[in-house]
Amino acid sequence: MDTIHPQKIAQGGPLVRFADVTKSYGDLTVLDRLNLDIEQNEMVSIIGPSGSGKTTVLRVLMTLETINDGVIYVDGEPLTHMPKGTGLEFASEKYLRDRRSKIGMVFQQFNLFPHMTALQNCVEAPMKVLGLSRDQAEDRALDLLKLVGMEEKKDHHPSRLSGGQQQRVAIARALAMRPKVMLLDEVTSALDPEVIGEVLNVIRSLNSEHSLTMIMVTHQMGFAREISDRVCFFYEGKIAEQGTPDQLFDDPQNERTKQFLHAVLDAN
Amino acid sequence: MSYWEFLAEYLPKLASGALMTIGVMICATLLAAAISILFGLMRLSRNWAFQGPATVYIEFFRGTSLLVQLYWIYYVLPLMGLTLTPFVSGVLALGLNFGAYGAEIVRGGIQSVPRGQWEAARALNLSVSQQMRSIIIPQTFPIVLPPVANLTVELLKATALVALISAVDLMFVAKQINATTWLSAQTFGTALLIYYVMARIALIPFLRWLEVLAARKVGKA
Ligand SMILES: Nc1ncnc2c1ncn2[C@@H]1O[C@H](COP(=O)(O)OP(=O)(O)OP(=O)(O)O)[C@@H](O)[C@H]1O
Ligand SMILES: [Mg+2]
Repeated sequence: MDTIHPQKIAQGGPLVRFADVTKSYGDLTVLDRLNLDIEQNEMVSIIGPSGSGKTTVLRVLMTLETINDGVIYVDGEPLTHMPKGTGLEFASEKYLRDRRSKIGMVFQQFNLFPHMTALQNCVEAPMKVLGLSRDQAEDRALDLLKLVGMEEKKDHHPSRLSGGQQQRVAIARALAMRPKVMLLDEVTSALDPEVIGEVLNVIRSLNSEHSLTMIMVTHQMGFAREISDRVCFFYEGKIAEQGTPDQLFDDPQNERTKQFLHAVLDAN
Repeated sequence: MSYWEFLAEYLPKLASGALMTIGVMICATLLAAAISILFGLMRLSRNWAFQGPATVYIEFFRGTSLLVQLYWIYYVLPLMGLTLTPFVSGVLALGLNFGAYGAEIVRGGIQSVPRGQWEAARALNLSVSQQMRSIIIPQTFPIVLPPVANLTVELLKATALVALISAVDLMFVAKQINATTWLSAQTFGTALLIYYVMARIALIPFLRWLEVLAARKVGKA
């Protein structure tokens, strides 16, 4: 690892930087020297065929998986690595614990804690990790449950909530940690069509009213087009093409992008 | 001698034996629970220094006879300089043996918690021990309690073996009474009844209540 040298990211530089990030499982290279910068307050959508590495991008940024090569920076500091001498070495769990709260993630399958009410789901980590008092944590959680329209169900366990309601609680739970960047992995894919809208509305308001930095993997091209500042098309672990929604959807340059958009839009 | 006269004469003795049985059971259950949790977690460790000993322990105690383990502790350990009372030997043998079965229940319970729960907890930056304590372990309760209840009832019945190393439990007292009175039907009939009452009327309802409590905690009841 001493071949890697820390890149100084200037103040006002990107919030997240993937620098030549490679992730492989055995012989399978899932992310292939990926370079990607996410600016403060930017809303970036990631689209692409199944298996192209979309979920993996989010998982390595959430530090649920370790990367094999390259460095991920968050907020001007290396995330996957820590300084050692003039170079970098892989981050220890302690180093990650000091930084992981800057990133929040919402999962396709919600993953709410079933033994806790909606409110408890949202206060657990702020109390244990951020050291908030119960009152502080509950105030914050209630504000967020209100934001996602779930304050009336605060005392319900997940088993008594619909999928859309669970996903909204999951968004509030992630926001309660005040992350600088939110990762959304196909957050409506496991939902019934009639409740997708309520979750998309929450994401819309996070984007427009709270200008949160978000990276969203999605198969909903219409929504990606409407909400994104930038759309990245992934193919075989690389960004094959990226641009504004208008550029990418109306005037794709890459053959793969064209094929993919054809296939997806025909299917709808 | 009518059965009522028999009861009037011997029930107090049987009851004091039953008290010993209950004592053995409670102590052995606590020991088994501690071992179950410790070795169940060690079995799941990726570190061989933890996983290896736990695997050997569980294999050994599940693969050999409880009675022989009991005799070993009571008769063989003294030869190595460690003499234990019948009570302590009984608790130790039962606790070690049932702990090995319990460890497998704990392991299975933890493994049955979906991976997404670990990932959500980690994404919220909970430490590994916080993930375990507040997210994973509570979710295993409804899963492990039914098999734990079975095991506990089995343990209660297995306590009768400690009579063989002369711990003065219900079974031991019953054998004493039988040896002096030859009223076998009354003696062992009453002993059976007491075991049944302890299991059916005390232990099982208590364990069911725990199961309901655990189910309610996850909002399933
Ligand atoms: N834990 C793992 N072990 C081995 N291979 C994995 C693992 N996780 C993912 N992969 C493989 O990595 C590749 C990329 O997976 P990823 O989940 O990032 O795809 P994706 O773009 O999110 O696809 P989808 O649209 O189907 O969700 C796939 O080929 C997948 O099979
Ligand atoms: Mg995916």
